[in-house]
Amino acid sequence: MLIKTLVAVFLAAILTENYVLSKFLGICPFLGVSKKLNSAVGMSIAVTVVMVLATAVTFPIYTYLLVPNGLDYLQTILFILVIAGLVQLVEIVLKKYIPSLYKSLGIYLPLITTNCAVLGVTMLVLQKVTSTTAYEYTYLHALINAFGAGIGFLVAMVMFAGVRGKLENADIPKSLKGLPITLVAAALVSLSFLGFAGFVDKLIPLG
Amino acid sequence: MNSVLSSVLFATAVVAGIGLLIGLILSIASIVMAVPKNEKAEALLAVLPGANCGACGFSGCSGYAEALSKGEAKVGLCPVGGESCAKDCAAVLGVDAGETVRQTAVVRCTGSLSNTSDKAQYMGLQSCSAAARIGGGVTACTYGCLGLGDCEKACPYDAIHVYNGVAVVNSNNCKACSLCVKTCPRGIISLVPVKDAAINLCSNKDKGAAAKKACKTGCIGCRICEKTCPSKAIKVENNVAFIDPDKCIGCKECVTVCPQKSISYFDTALLKQ
Repeated sequence: MLIKTLVAVFLAAILTENYVLSKFLGICPFLGVSKKLNSAVGMSIAVTVVMVLATAVTFPIYTYLLVPNGLDYLQTILFILVIAGLVQLVEIVLKKYIPSLYKSLGIYLPLITTNCAVLGVTMLVLQKVTSTTAYEYTYLHALINAFGAGIGFLVAMVMFAGVRGKLENADIPKSLKGLPITLVAAALVSLSFLGFAGFVDKLIPLG
Repeated sequence: MNSVLSSVLFATAVVAGIGLLIGLILSIASIVMAVPKNEKAEALLAVLPGANCGACGFSGCSGYAEALSKGEAKVGLCPVGGESCAKDCAAVLGVDAGETVRQTAVVRCTGSLSNTSDKAQYMGLQSCSAAARIGGGVTACTYGCLGLGDCEKACPYDAIHVYNGVAVVNSNNCKACSLCVKTCPRGIISLVPVKDAAINLCSNKDKGAAAKKACKTGCIGCRICEKTCPSKAIKVENNVAFIDPDKCIGCKECVTVCPQKSISYFDTALLKQ
């Protein structure tokens, strides 16, 4: 049962609750870094790592420090603080031990500091804990959800990088060139993800 | 009142405490995992223009700065920064700058719409690299400029533009980064020193009759310029004349005798500065 729910959470985070295409979080890197496939993948991996780490830290802080003391209204500001610190730490560690990865990620790592998708993952997961679900939403579920959100981000970025590659060679009317056609394309990709609605519930019936 | 105050204080303490903790962890981490910085390379990077064009042969300015700091590269390889940049780099490294000659890109083609024509109508992708792949290109001259502006898109300095079907370099803006040289699918753009010298603006390697048919200003390899040149600076190879800018004394004899008017004169007096 536990594994079943974990798979359901993972798939839901990628497909039905895709943070970029369904919840419209993290649009800035989605539009900014999806021009080239290489940088899109690099950015997505960085985002995934930070999402999982951030959830791993913020979830216990929320459950064991904020809620018992009635300070849950502080979650936004504290989470931003924690995420910013974490990104810095990841940057220092990468610089020391994997300089090649540090160089290829370049500017993307510090950019994640203010990425709302990361903040969204850490905060929205807390709503699920309090809301009534068919199963108990645990720390492990939150971590899997964060990992799935990162992979979902990767899927969205890679797909969109492909779409933009096609756009490069398309004959686009002058008034739509650049950002307008990119936004139109993003809207269509997002619309296509609407097709996944209810997909996970049907695939893995719970309860 | 007291309980409100204490809850505010507690909240503040929690945020401040976590902030302090993170700060502490970060500062410890930055000391423990400090990476020794290459100070020389950073000083050099500040001097370099930051164009990241790769014309020096390294991966961008930081790559060149690192190679310079290790003594693996010479100063003055940066065509964008030119002489002043070479001097600054030399000052950082404490070596002699030597001499650098300013260069500019030149499109060796004058096949404008009035001089040559297309052998077919091209409706495909508006890109030279695509057009060049279809039946040797649509231009009557299989060596000439396609005029679809790949070089124009590649140029970060707004120095090359397509006028009347042929790309022309504005040497005032050109930084000789050679991005257009690499982009041109015909390979007709090259770097030349900025110097008063004659230059053959044709790349057609066809024999005389074919070259003449393709373009009004095509070099037919007649060798008249080669024979006329007093400084023996001109060599005709593969039916096209090449003028060595180092040997050219700027007498303009070749410009006058060229029956096709494919040789023109690079006049530095026409440049600004």
